[in-house]
Amino acid sequence: MAVNPALLLLTDSRLPAGGHAHSGGTEQAIATGTVHDLASLAAFLRGRLHTSGHVAAALAAAACALGEESSRTGACAQPWPEALGASRAEALGTSPTRSEALGALWILLDAEADARTASPAQRAASRTQGRLLLRVARRLWPSPTLDDLTAGPDLRCPGALDDLALAVPNPHHPIALGAAAHAAGASPEDAALAAAYHAITGPATAAVRLLGLDPVAVHGLLADLTPDLATTASDATPYSRPWAELPARSAPALDLLAERHAGAKVRLFVS
Amino acid sequence: MGANHDDHHHAPAHHGRALRLGVGGPVGSGKTALVAALCRTLGGSLRLGVVTNDIYTTEDADFLRRAGVLDQERILAVETGCCPHTAIRDDIAANLDAVETLEDRFGPLDLVIVESGGDNLTATFSRGLADRQIFVLDVSGGDKVPRKGGPGVTSADLLVINKIDLAPLVDADLDVMARDAAAVRGDRPVLFTSIRQDPSASAVAAWVSEQALSWPHEPVSAA
Ligand SMILES: Nc1nc2c(ncn2[C@@H]2O[C@H](COP(=O)(O)OP(=O)(O)OP(=O)(O)O)[C@@H](O)[C@H]2O)c(=O)[nH]1
Ligand SMILES: [Mg+2]
Repeated sequence: MAVNPALLLLTDSRLPAGGHAHSGGTEQAIATGTVHDLASLAAFLRGRLHTSGHVAAALAAAACALGEESSRTGACAQPWPEALGASRAEALGTSPTRSEALGALWILLDAEADARTASPAQRAASRTQGRLLLRVARRLWPSPTLDDLTAGPDLRCPGALDDLALAVPNPHHPIALGAAAHAAGASPEDAALAAAYHAITGPATAAVRLLGLDPVAVHGLLADLTPDLATTASDATPYSRPWAELPARSAPALDLLAERHAGAKVRLFVS
Repeated sequence: MGANHDDHHHAPAHHGRALRLGVGGPVGSGKTALVAALCRTLGGSLRLGVVTNDIYTTEDADFLRRAGVLDQERILAVETGCCPHTAIRDDIAANLDAVETLEDRFGPLDLVIVESGGDNLTATFSRGLADRQIFVLDVSGGDKVPRKGGPGVTSADLLVINKIDLAPLVDADLDVMARDAAAVRGDRPVLFTSIRQDPSASAVAAWVSEQALSWPHEPVSAA
C-alpha cells in the first residue's frame, strides 16, 4: 500500500509543533552517564521503542479509530447512546447527544494515557506536546464541515480534532497524534507508526546534538530499528473499546529520568 | 498620530491582541538589559508580558523577576532544546503557546516582548511570532558587524547598537557603524544606546511605545 503523504508531514521533525525542544529523557540519560556512546544509545532507543513507544503507538491508533468512528456516525444533535458503555451513558443522562458522547470518550481515552504515564513530569511534557500538536493540526487540517452550511445536517458536526480540543484542551501527545492522523486522512496503523517513529527520532537527534555523535551512525541505529517500527505499528492496532485492554508496558527508568530532568538546574531540552 | 499619544497613555486601547515584539541578537549584547529597561519605562503606560528563551537555565527570566520591573507571573521562560533560532523562526509553537498563555491569564495586554536566546547574525523572528523585531548588537563585537549584514542587521524593524560607553575601550568607531548600518538598512531606524548609562533606554522605549500605540486594534465596544 502506498504511504499516506500526510503521514510524512506528521512525522517530519520540521513539523512546527514544538517537538524539537524535547529529548524524551535522552538529555538526562546522558547527564547520568547511562547514554554515552553509540552502543548505549542503541540500547536506550530500543528500550524506549518497546516500552513507551509501544504504548504511545497503541494509544495513537485508538485515537485515530475514535476519530474514524466519530466521522462515520450521526448528526451532532442526535442521541448517540450505543457508543457508550452503560455506566458512562448513565453519568451523562439517558440519551447523550453525539457531542456529549464523543466528549466523554475523548476524556476516557485521554485518561487511559494518563494511567499509563506514571511520572508527573512526563505527563506534563506529553500534554504540552499534545496541545501544541493539536493547535498546529487544527490549522493544517481544519474541519471541513464545521462552517459549511450547505452540508446536510448529518455532516454539520465538528471534526475529530475539534471534538478532542473541546473535551480535552491539553491532550496527551499520542491522543493528539492519532486524532491528527485521522484528520489528515491516515489510518490507525499509520497513526501507530507515526507514534512509534516519534518515540525514537527526537531522542536520537538530541543525542547527536548533546554527544556530538556521528549523525550518519545515529541514523544507522534508526535504520536498524525500522523492522521493529513495523511490528510495533501492527501490534498496536487490535485494541478497541473498552480501552482498559490497551498495553501498559512501563519503563521505570524513563519515569525516573523524566523526574530528574524536571528538577535539573541546567538543561537544554524541556523533557 | 502624535496628538493621540497622551490619550492612549492614560487609557491604553483594547487591542484585538497585543503587539508582539521580538528582541534578538548575539549572546551578551544586552537583550535582557533592554527588556528590563522597556518594562521599567513602559510598565506604567502599557500592559506588558514577557517571554524569555534561555539556553541552559532560566537565568534571564530569573534576572527579570529579580529586577522587579514586572509582576513575576507575567514573565514566562521557554526552553529551546539546543536551537534558539529554531524556536523563534522555524518552529514557533512553544513561544506562541507562551504568548497566548500570558494573554489568556492577564489579557488584554498591549505588548508582549519575546527575548530570543543569544544567537548568531542570521537569527530573525518569524512574522508568525513577532509583529515587530529589534536586533541588538553591541560595540564590543567590533565596528565591522553592521557591514557584515545578515538578516538580523538588515531586516529588523529597529537596530539597536548597545554599550556605546565601551566604544573608546574597544576602538569602535560609531560613525562607521552608523554609516554601514544605513547602507544596508535604507530608511529603517538605528539607535545607539548605553543601557548602563541610561537604564530607561529612553529612545528605544519611545520607538516601542509608538509601535504599540499605533498597533491596529479592534474598536472598543460601546460600554
Ligand atoms: N558596559 C555596558 N554593559 C552592558 C550594557 N548593557 C548591558 N550590559 C551588560 O552586558 C552583559 C550582558 O547583558 P544581557 O542583557 O544579559 O545580554 P543578553 O543579550 O540578554 O545576553 P544573552 O541572553 O545571554 O544572550 C551584562 O553584564 C550587562 O550588565 C551597556 O550599555 N554597557
Ligand atoms: Mg538575555
